[in-house]
Amino acid sequence: MSLSYEDVIAKYEPVLGLEVHVELNTKSKMFCGCATVFGAEPNTQTCPVCLGMPGALPVVNEKAIESSILIGLALHCSIAPYSRFSRKNYFYPDMPKNYQISQYDEPICINGYLDVEIDTDEGVKEFRVEIERVHMEEDTGKSLHMGGATGRIHGADYSLLDFNRAGIPLVEIVTKIVPGTGKYAPEVAKAYVAELRDILRSLAVSDVRMEQGSLRCDANVSLRLIGATTLGTRSETKNVNSLRSVERAVRGEMIRHAELLNAGKKVVQETRHFQEESGLTRSGRSKEEAEDYRYFPEPDLVPVEPDGAWIEKLRATLPEEPTRRRKRLQAEWSVPDKEMAAMINAEALDLVEATVKFGADPTRARGWWLGEISRIANEKEVSIFELAILPKDVADIVALVAAGELTDKLARQVVEGVINGEGTPAQVMESRGLKVVSDDSALMAAIEKAIASQPDTAEKVRNGNIPAAGALIGAVMKETKGQADAARVRELLLGHLGQ
Amino acid sequence: MITRSAHEMAAAMAAGEVTSEKLTQAHFDRIDAVDGEVHAFLYLDREGAFAQARRVDALRAKGEKLGPLAGVPLALKDVMVMKDVPTTCGSKILEGWRPPYDATLVTKLKEAGIVILGKTNMDEFAMGSSTENSAYGPTHNPWDLTRIPGGSGGGSSAAIAAFEAPLAIGTDTGGSIRQPAAVTGTVGVKPTYGGVSRYGLIAFSSSLDQAGPCARTVLDAALLHEVIAGHDPMDATSIDAPVPQVVNAARSGDVKGMRIGVVKELNGDGYQAGVRSRFEESLELLAAAGAEIVEVSCPNFEYALAAYYLIAPSECSSNLARFDAMRYGLRVGDEEGVSAELVMNLTREVGFGREVKRRIILGTYALSSGYYDAYYGSAQKVRTLIMQDFTNAFAMADVLVSPTTPTTAFKIGEKANDPLAMYLNDIATIPVNMAGIAGMSLPSGLAPEDGLPVGFQIMAPAMQDQKLYSVGAALEAALLSKWGAPLLSQIPALGGAK
Repeated sequence: MSLSYEDVIAKYEPVLGLEVHVELNTKSKMFCGCATVFGAEPNTQTCPVCLGMPGALPVVNEKAIESSILIGLALHCSIAPYSRFSRKNYFYPDMPKNYQISQYDEPICINGYLDVEIDTDEGVKEFRVEIERVHMEEDTGKSLHMGGATGRIHGADYSLLDFNRAGIPLVEIVTKIVPGTGKYAPEVAKAYVAELRDILRSLAVSDVRMEQGSLRCDANVSLRLIGATTLGTRSETKNVNSLRSVERAVRGEMIRHAELLNAGKKVVQETRHFQEESGLTRSGRSKEEAEDYRYFPEPDLVPVEPDGAWIEKLRATLPEEPTRRRKRLQAEWSVPDKEMAAMINAEALDLVEATVKFGADPTRARGWWLGEISRIANEKEVSIFELAILPKDVADIVALVAAGELTDKLARQVVEGVINGEGTPAQVMESRGLKVVSDDSALMAAIEKAIASQPDTAEKVRNGNIPAAGALIGAVMKETKGQADAARVRELLLGHLGQ
Repeated sequence: MITRSAHEMAAAMAAGEVTSEKLTQAHFDRIDAVDGEVHAFLYLDREGAFAQARRVDALRAKGEKLGPLAGVPLALKDVMVMKDVPTTCGSKILEGWRPPYDATLVTKLKEAGIVILGKTNMDEFAMGSSTENSAYGPTHNPWDLTRIPGGSGGGSSAAIAAFEAPLAIGTDTGGSIRQPAAVTGTVGVKPTYGGVSRYGLIAFSSSLDQAGPCARTVLDAALLHEVIAGHDPMDATSIDAPVPQVVNAARSGDVKGMRIGVVKELNGDGYQAGVRSRFEESLELLAAAGAEIVEVSCPNFEYALAAYYLIAPSECSSNLARFDAMRYGLRVGDEEGVSAELVMNLTREVGFGREVKRRIILGTYALSSGYYDAYYGSAQKVRTLIMQDFTNAFAMADVLVSPTTPTTAFKIGEKANDPLAMYLNDIATIPVNMAGIAGMSLPSGLAPEDGLPVGFQIMAPAMQDQKLYSVGAALEAALLSKWGAPLLSQIPALGGAK
């Protein structure tokens, strides 16, 4: 029977450590000119360098250095005037050179922090997560284990290697240990990764798509008795591929550790793999026999020595911090807390802001993105920014409704048309013939027709039974294919029938 | 024609006396006649060579302006990657591999119109001083077929000495161009580190490896040096600066007023008597040509060999990790049910020779956690001290000189089971690699006691390679007028009964 979370935190204090790997969105790889497009045919984005051919040499991608410096600056780090790459030596079939070029003891950025906020029963709480280092490295290739039931190496018949990912630039962001989060540890971990993701997105240095692996989190968790000063043994959970999983993984590991400790057993220092379905982790390789990577400075590369003027130039381009921006927008748009949170969760903030910049009213812009557009996105199982509707389209639609040229109902059809790729809102209205019928004589003709087909109902209205007019209005709307303004129809109809 | 120098061959082609095709054919004829005894080549690219020769001849016929070595044949050390041509690095582990790309140096050779005859033998992965460590059998010294031609680039130097090619490319990590040049009576130059691109040079020790020219004359070496040198954006350690004016220096050969520093620590005990007497004689000739001879001391050179045998194996243990049977080369044990890890192990067990394994183990140990500071860390400090020794010495002299090797060529098999004795061969050449500066070896005559060639080493500061050629050309001219004919005219005839 598993321990309750309350029991865990009553006795133990969790200590976190988070390592986040970010795939940069540079056009070419870290050390060669190969493309980095996600999902390309296996082994089509390779060359002698990223395949580790004899004689091939790496050359650093300057854009990757720039992105790393930007990340460091956004995380309040110092940028090292001199940093180096090292070789991390270990054998694995999907690693072309059997060493990974990675920064080791001389990383490009050190000593930063990131403040994160979480919503609690006691109100909003802020935690400072200190950053130890930001360093650059290259990604490995991918092994695809075939023939087994699990897709894992054990039980597979054979494995295929895809080197498209080999050499994609990665930045690893490592926190110092994070004590003092108490029962909020899982939420702090999640909020940290979410905040980091927002920062990286605002810097435009990565696609930050956890589900595609362009942002990966390893969560280190250890427990110690409340009041203890020495650290407990940690486990390192990999394969945490969503924000929700970060929270679940930390919580799950806290409970697992506590159960072991309560039973008088030892926590094994090891890598564990998070399993999305169960929310549990399973053991990976043990780190008891620490692997010796035989790091030494990479002799094929020269040190990275960014000059101060360049760093200052990059600093000047830093976008507004996501937390500050959120607060500003919430105030500017007068959005209640709950709706603001919904907008952030739906990742709609950028879209709404862009829509507002095109002149739309913030409340209406938010309504469209979180309402109809989110509904369609859910239906199609994609995210809203993957749909073929742009902030400019939404702003146009808001304006058309405000001008009375579209009703809400018609506007929803326009949205659907734009998403279906039928063109701009104006083009959709044109091709689908969607427009409010505002010509009174056309409306009168439809009214006459409705009265003629329902003379009894018309008589009731003439006699003062106003609610009976609904059936006639409905008939007019049907006749005009819903493109009439119902309020105007009602006004004209009642006038016509002497009411 | 094949005994002429490269620039004489080029002049003959320019004058219409011979075509590149004929010249190429003459060299293949010579190879066919003598390489059974010498074994300088691992692979002959007849098709590629003749195609290039005909292309150059056609361009010349059209009156196009060609480079100074266009149409001249060359032998390429098998450590250099050449597209579609088998490249083994002297190892079984790369048997059958045809690279999908050209090394930058190979591209430059092709663009210069040079005719690449084939790939030359070498110690496996350039680890050795005798070419006995080749997985494909040893190369024999044309001066005495029972002796080694030096290493690791014994194939390239032997090919030149045996008139199988007028030019060759070597690579020098601790002396692999200069030591073979010394023991075969030829010229070899290790340019400044970063002076010639390493892109496509199969790495032994990345911070030490440097490709360079091998030739029969100082001017030929300079002409080839200019073809292959220059900045390469594909090599991050390549120097972005103008190429030193080596051809001008080789043509003028002027040493008047130059200060030549004799390194005290690279002479004396352990150096063969005939090596020392030839060295002294060369110093006298240089003094007579107007140079000032001074003595300099480099006290930290005594640690160079030990430090080298930590740095080079450390880097090689990592560089050679890529040979794992996954993407190219040999694959052993690839049967159903055998794991990738086991295939890697079996392949490396079978594919690497003893010396390569020895160095991988040595380097793996030196880089291990807990030993790193004591071994690799200390070796890097020694490297800094050696650089300081050179800086101090170059404050007192324009170039430094020493015998290239302590002895003349030894017998094949003589040191095969004594790696330390073998390593001592490079005692005078290693400091140059450790400091990343430029070095040359040229013939200074035959040792009276064994009648074998002796090498004279010149060392110049980084990116001042032209100074090697000034001194080298001056000494070469002085020796030539003394001998009356090039040293190689005394080499025994080859070709068995013929």
